[in-house]
Amino acid sequence: MVGTKGKKTLVTSFVCLALLLVLVIILENTLKPTNMLFTVLKKGAVYALVVVSMNVLNGFTGLFSLGQSGFMLLGAYTYAIFTIPVADRENIYYLYNGAALNFSFPDMFASIFGEGYAATFFGVILALIAAGIVAAFVAFLIGLPVLRLKSDYLAIATLGFGEIIRAIFQWNALGKVTNGANALKSFPTFSDFNITNADGEVILRLSTFFPFLIAGACIVVICMLINSSYGRAFKAIRENEIAAEAMGINLAHHKRLSFMISSFFAGVGGALFAMFATQAQAKTFTSSMTYEILLIMVIGGIGSISGSCIGTFLYVACSEWWLRFLDSQVVFTSVGAPSRVIFLAVFAIVVVGGAVLLIRHEMKTKKRKWAMALLAAVAAALMVWWIMFVATGNLILPLAKNGFRMVVFSIVIMIIVLFFRRGIMGDKELTDVAIALSRKMKAKKAAKTGEVAK
Amino acid sequence: MLKIKDMKVNYGGIEAVKGITFEVPEHEIVTLIGANGAGKSTTLKTIVGLVKPAAGSVEFAGEDITGKDTNYIVSRGITLVPEGRRVFPDMTVLENIRIGAYLRNDDLSEDIKWVYDLFPRLQERSWQLAGTLSGGEQQMLAVARALMSRPKLMMMDEPSLGLAPLIVKGIFDIVKEINKQGVTILLVEQNANMALKTAHTGYVLETGRITMTGTGEELLNDENVKAAYLGT
Repeated sequence: MVGTKGKKTLVTSFVCLALLLVLVIILENTLKPTNMLFTVLKKGAVYALVVVSMNVLNGFTGLFSLGQSGFMLLGAYTYAIFTIPVADRENIYYLYNGAALNFSFPDMFASIFGEGYAATFFGVILALIAAGIVAAFVAFLIGLPVLRLKSDYLAIATLGFGEIIRAIFQWNALGKVTNGANALKSFPTFSDFNITNADGEVILRLSTFFPFLIAGACIVVICMLINSSYGRAFKAIRENEIAAEAMGINLAHHKRLSFMISSFFAGVGGALFAMFATQAQAKTFTSSMTYEILLIMVIGGIGSISGSCIGTFLYVACSEWWLRFLDSQVVFTSVGAPSRVIFLAVFAIVVVGGAVLLIRHEMKTKKRKWAMALLAAVAAALMVWWIMFVATGNLILPLAKNGFRMVVFSIVIMIIVLFFRRGIMGDKELTDVAIALSRKMKAKKAAKTGEVAK
Repeated sequence: MLKIKDMKVNYGGIEAVKGITFEVPEHEIVTLIGANGAGKSTTLKTIVGLVKPAAGSVEFAGEDITGKDTNYIVSRGITLVPEGRRVFPDMTVLENIRIGAYLRNDDLSEDIKWVYDLFPRLQERSWQLAGTLSGGEQQMLAVARALMSRPKLMMMDEPSLGLAPLIVKGIFDIVKEINKQGVTILLVEQNANMALKTAHTGYVLETGRITMTGTGEELLNDENVKAAYLGT
């Protein structure tokens, strides 16, 4: 049922995705591997998948669930348990005198095609799928009682599930499987996908490419699902349960399906997160992780997959990289220091841009003169400080000390919730925006040629 | 085609429908009229399986469908245009129409053309979000959506609710047209005048019981009906 227009956008999306992957490989093999960019890209890819998986449930089916970190934990542990090399298990599980399960997918493949990338690759892929299946299966079980609940009640029940799962995985009695409260490690991570020569030197870096590939593939699958008749049924349930049921949509079945799909990809995301963190430990998958994911979803736009992806990379870049400097005392001395230049530019843009936006908002709505004047005055004062700073070239950034980053972050989030409630993309996708833009351009062109003709 | 026998429905402790028996013959328009709380909407919801009956039976095309799941009943060929339209506001008109055919796996293009021919206005608004349509257009969309399941019996719950008289007339004209094309219709209305003019057969429902029955014409001219529902 995909029309020619749909096919065209589909092809364009695939080309964009392929270009993105190529770009990642090029970046990775030209820039220094210690660059913060790669941490951001890796974590961003992992989180993007988890955020999109949460969006399937919250944004598209309208079920407000907060169990995402629990399903990530299941995925991470499943992945770790199935990929830790058998030879290392004695060491890792030393507190429990060895592991209960002495089997790993990469070892299994190594015995088929011999040691090497193929064995690691297929072992990891199989373990990722297993991670998803375990999470989806648990979602099926949890869903039987929990999906009878609605909105806030569902959120509370799933939140409780996340806490219970975390406690169970730290339980000593399961130590032979989960290693108790200790971390599971030495399973294949992203850097195992870097291709090395015989001397152990890296010849082709693929450690950022791998998470992009997996997350990208999963998100493509989710996109196709959302645009299928199942996706339409999910949206119908979100909009009006009674009408959806009257159309013959089986509510219980579709809600369970959506919950399982969401959890499957959260499980895969959790496994990727373990690969990113190079260890799996129950205490990292707290409910605050779920809130982080929820936050990104709101920032990106509930019900928009491209919004979730954009939101994730912005959020991760800010929290891991761009706003880091706020956590330590910064003294800018040398005039040309790049951090100083960036700070000045960002500051000017934020102050002037923010003031213009707020004043325009005021002009459109309440037209209170004193509010506009106040805004203009505050912006002007800040800009005066900025000019003085440029002139003197020497300054200790005020307020910047440990924890300030989170303050700034919270303020940004409050601003988003107050003024841009629909997030970056609302419920639109990038393709919608592109189509709208091309229509506008065409209309403009038509208008221009019309003028010339006159 | 549809036979209801001694159907009783309870809501919590309250008996909303107290044992009704009626029949909808094939290719006819049948209407249930009655005041608020008479049990009209409950009857429709029970037939389509959204509410389970406490007693009695529902038989459709020779098959007992009492207490079956809604998706099964819809797949048998009954569809409901719910009260207050209930279109999916954040989905496009076309997506709404496609949802109506959710239980079908065959090619939809012909049926989409069919409903667009019935409601040319919807074709113009194909890419618009359903929530941005006017009330009359939303009612059209709700009917179009219901027709997409290729129903044998279409049940409409108060299609005139909150619409201007001229638009109501347009909707009823289309109901007649759909009926001529072979769809049996069960209509629930408070707008008794319009409903009885359109219907072949009418039933009057009062606090959970059927108190009167006859052809549309007969009921229109009945003194009691006139006094209670037509206000003349």
